[in-house]
Amino acid sequence: MTKLNELTIAAARDMLRKGEVTSAELTEACLAEIEGAGALNAFVHKTPEIARERAAAADKRLKDGEAPAMCGIPVGIKDLFCTRGVPSQAASNILRNFRPEYESTVSQQLADAGAVMLGKLNMDEFAMGSSNETSCYGNAVNPWRRGNDDAALTPGGSSGGSASAVAADLCLGATGTDTGGSIRQPAAFTGITGIKPTYGRCSRWGIVAFASSLDQAGPMTKDVRDAAIMLQAMCGHDPKDSTSADLPVPDFEAALTGDIRGKKIGIPREYRMDGMPEEIEKLWADGTAMLKDAGAEIVDISLPHTKYALPAYYVVAPAEASSNLARYDGVRYGHRAKLAQGDGITEMYEKTRAEGFGHEVQRRVMIGTYVLSAGFYDAYYNRARKVRALIKRDFETVFADGIDAILTPATPSAAFGLGEMTDADPIAMYLNDVFTVTVNLAGLPGIAVPTGLDRQGLPLGLQLIGRPWEEGDLLNHAYVLERAAGFVSKPAKWW
Amino acid sequence: MSIDISTARKVAHLARIAVKEEDLPALAGELSAVLAFMEQLNEVDVDGVEPMTSVTPMRLKRREDVVTDGNIQKQILSNAPDAREGFFAVPKVVE
Repeated sequence: MTKLNELTIAAARDMLRKGEVTSAELTEACLAEIEGAGALNAFVHKTPEIARERAAAADKRLKDGEAPAMCGIPVGIKDLFCTRGVPSQAASNILRNFRPEYESTVSQQLADAGAVMLGKLNMDEFAMGSSNETSCYGNAVNPWRRGNDDAALTPGGSSGGSASAVAADLCLGATGTDTGGSIRQPAAFTGITGIKPTYGRCSRWGIVAFASSLDQAGPMTKDVRDAAIMLQAMCGHDPKDSTSADLPVPDFEAALTGDIRGKKIGIPREYRMDGMPEEIEKLWADGTAMLKDAGAEIVDISLPHTKYALPAYYVVAPAEASSNLARYDGVRYGHRAKLAQGDGITEMYEKTRAEGFGHEVQRRVMIGTYVLSAGFYDAYYNRARKVRALIKRDFETVFADGIDAILTPATPSAAFGLGEMTDADPIAMYLNDVFTVTVNLAGLPGIAVPTGLDRQGLPLGLQLIGRPWEEGDLLNHAYVLERAAGFVSKPAKWW
Repeated sequence: MSIDISTARKVAHLARIAVKEEDLPALAGELSAVLAFMEQLNEVDVDGVEPMTSVTPMRLKRREDVVTDGNIQKQILSNAPDAREGFFAVPKVVE
């Protein structure tokens, strides 16, 4: 029999509603599993008291009837979300001991729906990284291993703790955030599903800002149906975020009909990279065949500015980050450096930020500062924003031509070993986002679905990209792909 | 475009991040490598292209100009590294 912590959200919801299980039982099963999974370093702040309190409240609500789908479901929350009274430090030393007096809109909506918060999840510092190696908490570890090799692998990043926790069944689902691929790449590395909705679908209020025009929250779950259910609870208009879309949120789960006959799937030729591993090529071709078998029409398409997405991203994102992270000055919250005799306010800022920010964050803040500085603003920042407009136009053109969804690989490789990229230059790490970053630049919804294993037994995922605001349709395509691929592998427990 | 040590020093100061003098050459090298990567953008013809300002074509919402929050001094100061007499305290900024 499936252990309670291994249930999908949909299965748990149905059992809760039938009275076959209580939220208290589900919550205890997850809390026990988390206690035994220290080696994964996924949960970095545990909140068992809050969890038990919310589980009891959820059970009462379920008994009274009319409980929403997420009621009683134990979930993990990425450390980037501010949660009232609970450490929320974006995996950075500069926010050590910060306990927000407020709750992010997304985590509040989940709480309102009755979801049970188990704790906060590891991530890259300020969501800047693709391997969870920039975290002040140390690396999160992927529950998957290469065959019998016990080398520790990255769960990806930046939502590495979320991915590891869901893949290892420590919780039924988790929140992630995605600025350049931070939901989809870790989902692909750990054999789970992760969706980044259209920019504006989820409120950014109360989520520690990295690059405001790119950041979006989304769910990371065990399958596509769960992604639909959890996304539903996270979405919706929020007057506290001026870029939040004032649009009705459709019933995403109802969109999962499994019928994509007559839909047009675009295969972008520019995503066929030089030196792409054969296994990724095959995965992509297999996925294409699956959608074709399901009755979709396969169309070769061109997104000509794809090549320039990464360099544009690495101008725009650090520029916005340098501006957003200016708030960490040692005055209002977080770390303040000990000052020497005679130090003034400038020394306080400089020492505080040198001590509080890790290396990658410092580098990106300085890059951002440089590209926004007088004399370089036009050459770098404005040029990048123009290229971004062209990347967005590429997508608009193919959608105007009738394409319903675009199929690409999610990542250029399977999960790599922790520490393997330490000596590589930063650009090599940035290449992890090569297939995902275009979607953030264009503000589109994208989903990663596990569809196969590589020859070492590691999960590989494909990405589907949808039309703006058509998450329901996108989830339905992903659902078809998931059913055709029949990915059921789980990591063997070693932790 | 490569970044020399004096530019690296200037950027670090603009970003208000203290960088030790002996770490500046490595920093200059790292920043130069990232900038070299960005140089690819110069290959793109961007004539007549408007810089992208908003991700989705929507008007920014406006709200009524009314007070919606306030009287929460204690909460606002609760995370301050140094709060005194109801204020954030910092080193002396005026002589």
